[in-house]
Amino acid sequence: MKAFDYTAPVTLPEAVGLLVSQPSARLLAGGTDLIVQLRSGRKEADLVIDIKKIPELNALEFDPTAGLTIGAAVPCYRLTSHPVIQSHFPALAEVASWIGGTQIQGRASLGGNLCNAAPSADSIPLLIALGASALIAGPGGRRSVAIEDFCTAPGRNQLATGELLVAIHIPAPAAQSGAAYLRFIPRNEMDIAVVGAGVSVSIAEGVFTAARIALSAVAPTPLFVPAAGAALVGQPVSPAALEAAAQIAQAAATPISDMRGTAAYRKHLCAVMTRRALEIAVTRAQEN
Amino acid sequence: MSVTTYNVIGTRPIRHDGADKVTGRALYGADLQLARMVHGAVLRSPHAHARILRLDTTKAAAHPGVFAVVTAADFPPAPTDKIVDFGEGDTLLSSLRGNILASGKVLYSGHAVAAVAAVNAHVAAEAVALIEVDYEPLPCVLTAPAAMAPGAPLLHEGLANGNVAEYVRHEIGDLAAGFAAATVIVERELNTATVHQGYIEPQNATAFWSSDGRVHIWCSTQGSFVARDASAAVLDIPVSQVRVTPMEIGGGFGGKINVYLEPVAALLSKKAGRPVKMVMSRRDVFTGTGPTPGSRVRVKIGVDAAGKITAAQAWLAYEAGAYPGAMVGPGAMTVFACYDIENVLIEGFDVVVNKPSTAAYRAPGAPNSALATETVLDEIAEKLGIDPLELRLRNAAKEGTRRADGPRYKRIGCVEVIEAMKASAHYNAPLPGPHCGRGVAIGYWFNIGLPSSATLSVNADGTVNLIEGSTDIGGSRTSLSMQGAEVLGIRAEDVHPTIVDTDSVGYTGVTGGSRTTFATGLAVYEAAQDVVTQMKARAATLWGTKEVEFSNGTFSSGSNSFSFAQLAAQLGATGGPVVGSAAVNPRGAGGSIAGLIIDLKVDPETGKTDVLRVTSVQDAGKAIHPAYVEGQMQGGTAQGIGWALNEEYFMDGSGDMRNSSYLDYRMPTALDLPMIETIIVEVPNPGHPFGVRGVGEANIVPPLPAVANALYRAIGRRLHSVPMNPATILNL
Repeated sequence: MKAFDYTAPVTLPEAVGLLVSQPSARLLAGGTDLIVQLRSGRKEADLVIDIKKIPELNALEFDPTAGLTIGAAVPCYRLTSHPVIQSHFPALAEVASWIGGTQIQGRASLGGNLCNAAPSADSIPLLIALGASALIAGPGGRRSVAIEDFCTAPGRNQLATGELLVAIHIPAPAAQSGAAYLRFIPRNEMDIAVVGAGVSVSIAEGVFTAARIALSAVAPTPLFVPAAGAALVGQPVSPAALEAAAQIAQAAATPISDMRGTAAYRKHLCAVMTRRALEIAVTRAQEN
Repeated sequence: MSVTTYNVIGTRPIRHDGADKVTGRALYGADLQLARMVHGAVLRSPHAHARILRLDTTKAAAHPGVFAVVTAADFPPAPTDKIVDFGEGDTLLSSLRGNILASGKVLYSGHAVAAVAAVNAHVAAEAVALIEVDYEPLPCVLTAPAAMAPGAPLLHEGLANGNVAEYVRHEIGDLAAGFAAATVIVERELNTATVHQGYIEPQNATAFWSSDGRVHIWCSTQGSFVARDASAAVLDIPVSQVRVTPMEIGGGFGGKINVYLEPVAALLSKKAGRPVKMVMSRRDVFTGTGPTPGSRVRVKIGVDAAGKITAAQAWLAYEAGAYPGAMVGPGAMTVFACYDIENVLIEGFDVVVNKPSTAAYRAPGAPNSALATETVLDEIAEKLGIDPLELRLRNAAKEGTRRADGPRYKRIGCVEVIEAMKASAHYNAPLPGPHCGRGVAIGYWFNIGLPSSATLSVNADGTVNLIEGSTDIGGSRTSLSMQGAEVLGIRAEDVHPTIVDTDSVGYTGVTGGSRTTFATGLAVYEAAQDVVTQMKARAATLWGTKEVEFSNGTFSSGSNSFSFAQLAAQLGATGGPVVGSAAVNPRGAGGSIAGLIIDLKVDPETGKTDVLRVTSVQDAGKAIHPAYVEGQMQGGTAQGIGWALNEEYFMDGSGDMRNSSYLDYRMPTALDLPMIETIIVEVPNPGHPFGVRGVGEANIVPPLPAVANALYRAIGRRLHSVPMNPATILNL
């Protein structure tokens, strides 16, 4: 690993200033991706900016109307153990508990998972399904980007020079709504998704009123499939409706073959994971 | 039959190294710090097969902070046809050296080409990047069948037959007559992928080449004397000029017998004039050390209506990796080793391919061949309508059974293991529901003897110090101490074991071949007998008698008696210290049979396999420390299940390993396996005073076929390649 400088600003403007003056700087939250990438030589850094000391990036706030704001550096363990997240966003608590092992969850953040922009990122399909957005700060001020638009290519995202992710915002859950994320891994833990499916549904009087479906590890970026969710809207809740949506999601997937699975196997799993995630989300919606 | 009762053997004392290990005080190779020490790094080939046209280390050598650069040109000249033997088989010195630093050609992606020593590991890595190599890429060949095909790219000049380095053949009886007598004949071909032992601690070595010409090496090794002898051979210096200090070892499973870094660190140290420390990364371990061979094995078995095997034939092709020496020999010797068969033909091929040179892995070669035999027998049992364990019982090897490769068995526990499986609660329990399957299989491993030495010094407080040379991988400090304690009539805790360097103990073979508790145990037993003899003489002096009895820890003569501790306190006044020593080279290693019962559940939509229940059964001869025997059984079972279900070297077409991390090399974690139940069978080995058989290896043999047989019952279709991962289960 090449030697680099380290700095830990305590305000957002300070961090933006550092990024503007040194655009090649790397941001460090938990470091569970960055440190591995630096050590393996996949990334290099002259300057590493630790963002964990900026208060706004450590905020974790819930408002029944405004929704949930997760600071970009909030580690996963705060999500898994948070009572409001457990009750209002159980799927989010689950996904935070699936990223790495216990030690990793003490460092890894959803913000980092998002910015790392891996096609297989576990949190991103769920965030897309939940209608979340990325709150970004930069030299030109602040802006907000829908999560489905945030990743642009494997390892690449929307952040322009001088910009950093401040927080992820998730709207308050609607009445009779439910969400779920399921991933397939050949082991029970400690693995990268072969295919992941994040879904959310809203139901009124037995009929879907809204639905969003996204997949991971089947395209260069986490894949939002609006048509799959749209196919559910207006349909009565039924196994056939879930299967139809799952088929649409599967059709949108363009997976590759690699060490984690063949393209044909991934394609097959898209429908299975989507349908199973929808079944869980429907149950949750019906219980809400 | 007499029943021997023991005071120490068969109990479960706390391990002597436990406190050091759990408090972090135990020193592993990566912990070592020496004055003026510098750090080494290795340049590895990005090509699976290429000619080295130019190798220029000028810029690396000139890089600030660099102390030394070495290549194969730095090896002293030695005859290329020299054969070296370190106790577990011979090898060409040129192959040994060629694998340590490539010369002329690189033969696999990850092959070491050059090394640098620098002020720290980061500078060393920078300098490695400055080494200039021009390669002429050559076509590569990655599997045994491809390497055996006409026109395949050749790795070496002068092998017997293209890429086939060795052909083995064992034949007894009349094969044609045997098959003619069969009512059912099944022939199948089974493939296995290259897999790694997966020890947690990467290889490491620190060397200091002193100005007096002596080389001191600290390393993680299964055999300090083998590391010494191999390093001396590679460096072409006498063995007495090398001293190896074995550090604590974080797993080996056969993979830490060969030397990789040790001679390189020594060469760097000679040039740098400083101690040089080298530690592999995980990718280095996967791509630069020896995995176990991928293989293709074809087995044909004929059985008559009574369920008796009438003939068996096997054809085995194992991938040696870059240099000859696949474990096809033991694969061929074990393929039918569990059974009494009159008509047998076994042919084995040792095939070089452009993959890392293979090394031993827990019963090396045996799981590959047992996969074929035990799945074919499972099919035959089904066709004949015989319980699969009953079919095995009708053909089980017994005392006097002759194996096709020659030996006749002494007492062996094959029948007892199968009967224990049949009688187990697990085998008689119903399966929990749909999509579940139960599989069984058995397997054999030889175990070995080889030399061991031990010394026991009696302390005045009634304890003894044990000096020995077997690196402790699985609790051998304690299993050895217990054997000494049993003889001396003291507690296991009263024996203080220390594993010392090669200058400080007699020659001791590797911790491998499941030999340590057997052979070093025998050395400790003999050393303890020596202590007893000497102490009896001291008691005789004190009591003015000639006859002294010793039993249950008490020396006695007439009305006189001393406990071991009481007499130990008198040694100063009766002639000074008592030191007992023994050096042994036993021939009576007893083979071990293991069996496995496994229940699996397969998700029909995803192909994911869940392991529901597992029972491992093994003949331990005599379990010295039952908890460590159970640990070996559970460990071998876990590794075998991983091998069967998900592990493999995932290579791209150019021979680059794409999953060289524990994230993507999918070994099972604790969350993937239930508690593995164990049944220890004890059929004493007549070749050991306590009846010990090695227990480290046979347990990894049955899991591959047991998983395959269970999967067949769960999904209704037989798979013929390992790993049997979710995609292959769904045929996607």
